Amino acid sequence: MVEFALPANSKINKNGKKHPAPAGASKTKTFRVYRWNPDDGQNPHEDVYEVDMDNCGPMVLDALIKIKNEIDPTLTFRRSCREGVCGSCAMNIDGTNTLACTKYCADVAEGDEVKIYPLPHMPVVKDLVPDLNHVYAQYTSIEPWLKSTTAAPERERLQTPEDREKLDGLWECILCFCCSTSCPSYWWNGDRYLGPAILLQAYRWIADSRDEETGSRLDNLEDPFRLYRCHTIMNCTKTCPKGLNPAKAIAEIKKLMVERKV
Amino acid sequence: MSLRSPLARVRGLGSAREGSSHWWAQRLTSLALVPLVLWFVFSVAMMAGADYVEFIDWVHSPVVAGLLVLLISVGLLHSNQGMQVVIEDYIHGEFCKVVALFLSQSVHIVLGLTGVLSVLMILFRG
Repeated sequence: MVEFALPANSKINKNGKKHPAPAGASKTKTFRVYRWNPDDGQNPHEDVYEVDMDNCGPMVLDALIKIKNEIDPTLTFRRSCREGVCGSCAMNIDGTNTLACTKYCADVAEGDEVKIYPLPHMPVVKDLVPDLNHVYAQYTSIEPWLKSTTAAPERERLQTPEDREKLDGLWECILCFCCSTSCPSYWWNGDRYLGPAILLQAYRWIADSRDEETGSRLDNLEDPFRLYRCHTIMNCTKTCPKGLNPAKAIAEIKKLMVERKV
Repeated sequence: MSLRSPLARVRGLGSAREGSSHWWAQRLTSLALVPLVLWFVFSVAMMAGADYVEFIDWVHSPVVAGLLVLLISVGLLHSNQGMQVVIEDYIHGEFCKVVALFLSQSVHIVLGLTGVLSVLMILFRG
């Protein structure tokens, strides 16, 4: 549902705890981080950490890990591969959804302050950790595996190089959900709209020449909400940290929907 | 609070098996509106300063009246479909949504009939 103001228990207290830089630090950067603890009954707040950048890696994730290790071990966030492959550290940095591990602290537009929030419009588990159960269920609903009625061949299923090329720009998606959580249509109707990440994944299987269930995959998506809540807002493509184009994948699905009718 | 699994909630009542006709119709009507609106704006601009009789004379031709009927019906069809999407996007209570959709459609039908019948009255009665 459209919400123009935050619910009372979600109003963010901007005056959280301030952790100053250690004495003698010459090059510091300020990180303003969203904090929420489900156990203390308090509203969310922003904590401010001043980090000594002379002793810190260049990425936002490096700073977060340094904060957790050296300043405040209660700070909670997901991370794993630290090289843009796993999608765990997706969060809202400086107003844009991206991966903390591939975002340079130096690239933050707003001067010396780096604002870090969890992915927008998702339930928060704690601090920077969003609840992804719903998007994962949406991913399951598109049945993201190769489906074939023809008996399995003795060797691998063959595909021409041209057909293989059709999967480029799709297989690279790491399901970080930066795109889905940047989409206003997904914010308002995420309960029924599948969102750009899932639709790009759906198209990855629709476009696969080895898959034999293209028709039933399209049937499953032909719905005013599941697919057609996309209004080509393009936030998904703008924010994708892997440089993919979910909006184009959605457009391709819409084209196929018409193609099988006219 | 629901004890249904996340997947059951996502699958919900299943796919509606429609939506593409609506989407395609919206693209086609918007395409059709480009020449229709250009023609209408250009024609009306050309008649700047004309009096009532001259304007009625202009409508009093099958081609002009036909194009006007098309402009009104295609425009309102497009507007009706657009409003439907806006209402579905932003109004979530099932009752409010159905009432809003009904009201929007009614207004479009009344406007469409009024516009088309007005053009036909000029065409046939002069």
